[in-house]
Amino acid sequence: MNSFSYNKAHDVAEAVADIQEHEGARFIAGGTNLLDLMKENVMKPAHLTDINRLDLADIKENEEGGLTLGALVTNADTAWNERVEQRYPLLSKAILAGASPQLRNMATNGGNLFQRTRCYYFYDTATACNKREPGSGCSAINGINRIHAILGTSEHCIATHPSDMCVALAALDAKVNVTGPNGDRTVEFGDFHRLPGNTPHLDNNISQGELVTSIDLPPSNFTKNVFYLKVRDRQSYAFALVSVAAALDLEGDVIKDIRVAMGGVAHKPWRRREVEESYIGKVASTENFRALAETMLTGAVGFGGNTFKIELAKRAIVRALNEALKSGENL
Amino acid sequence: MTTESAVLEEPVVKKQELPEFELVNLTINGQSFKLKLQPWVSLLDAIREYAGLTGTKKGCDHGQCGACTVLINGKRINSCLTLAVMRDGEAITTIEGLSDGVVNHPLQDAFIEHDAFQCGYCTPGQICSAVGMINEGRANSLEDVQELMSGNICRCGAYNNINAAIMEVKSKMA
Ligand SMILES: Cc1cc2nc3c(=O)[nH]c(=O)nc-3n(C[C@H](O)[C@H](O)[C@H](O)COP(=O)(O)OP(=O)(O)OC[C@H]3O[C@@H](n4cnc5c(N)ncnc54)[C@H](O)[C@@H]3O)c2cc1C
Ligand code: SF4
Ligand code: FES
Ligand code: FES
Repeated sequence: MNSFSYNKAHDVAEAVADIQEHEGARFIAGGTNLLDLMKENVMKPAHLTDINRLDLADIKENEEGGLTLGALVTNADTAWNERVEQRYPLLSKAILAGASPQLRNMATNGGNLFQRTRCYYFYDTATACNKREPGSGCSAINGINRIHAILGTSEHCIATHPSDMCVALAALDAKVNVTGPNGDRTVEFGDFHRLPGNTPHLDNNISQGELVTSIDLPPSNFTKNVFYLKVRDRQSYAFALVSVAAALDLEGDVIKDIRVAMGGVAHKPWRRREVEESYIGKVASTENFRALAETMLTGAVGFGGNTFKIELAKRAIVRALNEALKSGENL
Repeated sequence: MTTESAVLEEPVVKKQELPEFELVNLTINGQSFKLKLQPWVSLLDAIREYAGLTGTKKGCDHGQCGACTVLINGKRINSCLTLAVMRDGEAITTIEGLSDGVVNHPLQDAFIEHDAFQCGYCTPGQICSAVGMINEGRANSLEDVQELMSGNICRCGAYNNINAAIMEVKSKMA
């Protein structure tokens, strides 16, 4: 790890000012991703602005009738919050599928959005990687790419976004509240993360000095028929090869509304609202789920090691939707 | 072997100005420690190298094994992925703090009774993690225990006995 200076901010204004004042500064929240990457010399901030003392650790009702999750609420306190469990069970399930209980006790909702890819080459400073060092090349495209993306890739980067929580937030139409030197703004979840394109070094559309303060969840009818399926190499404490956040709002066996978001397949959680909408009014059946899955994977491209993910993702969608269908029956 | 002797010159790279030491107050197992630390010292290194409490182990140093698990205000965390300066003023419990030196914590006894270790390296983390899990109150079945203890890897594979020890303590508490 490189040496760095450190400051504990006491309020939002101080945090935003502190990061402006120091070149190469980063916020630190739980530290579970940043410190890991600093120990590997992948990230080398010259200064850390500790935001843990900021008053952003509450879960509150919002004006829309949903919940607002403070950026500093831990992943564990979010997943096990009674209101989140009752009103957004999909989010609870997704969070609990990620990392370990100890890590979830430190990891924050804000930090989770910014966690970086688990691409092995990104972590290995001896190799070329456009995300770590723009212009150096991508070692994964012709290398070992079992965990890499099949959708929305570019010739410059085929990394995935590794978060589970973000897959559920995408499905639930969350919004992210941000503040910074130029004031406050709200970002739709679908616009938060980026595809790699020509700028794989940028994971998201938030600039370095901006601070995420909270995440808004709109009111949701997806309380009964929901399922988070995470397919991985080990049953627990492993990142997703493919994950699916599935939610159904049903009238009898007819789909009133449906959400399908995928993790582990792209540089951002993968969701296509127009595909979901085309199934509204149709019967919730395995045949329709399979047809939806085929459309969701349109344009998918494998790179050898990860080509199995294309069929895996389709089957995972069908299974997650069927499990969501079943989970309602038990209630 | 080369016989050339190195000529010591002025360092080429100008020595970076190091940040000042931070004074960090930690209460570990009820005892107060005032440590002078550089900001990059992890809580794990502070506990082991500066406070001298070596019960807490370093396995991976990357959040992947759970050997470094300690409790902060009763909650289990990986001490390798947090900085000591970030924990200024907080109360930490390590494996050394679970027993008063005379009477063991029930989990310690259960681990001995069930032979829940082989090399023992993961054990302090396993026990602190189990204490944290019991505090959380979410584990109701063996399956739950397996899932909620998955943040602690045992390279010796003593999982069956670890689970048995935890299940026994849980059943006695219920
Ligand atoms: C072994 C291991 C296994 C894991 N497994 C999973 C898994 O299966 N699924 C999963 O989803 N995740 C997993 N994780 C990742 C974990 O969820 C993230 O590390 C965590 O969510 C990051 O949150 P943090 O608060 O610790 O972030 P930090 O490490 O503190 O910060 C991460 C980044 O976000 C920035 N940041 C933090 N907060 C803010 C804010 N409010 N505003 C602006 N910028 C901010 C920081 O500057 C930094 O660049 C795993 C991690 C480890 C170490
Ligand atoms: S996939 Fe992206 S992160 Fe991985 S080596 Fe290529 S450029 Fe780097
Ligand atoms: S040493 Fe901290 S998790 Fe392995
Ligand atoms: S007893 Fe050896 S690692 Fe668990």
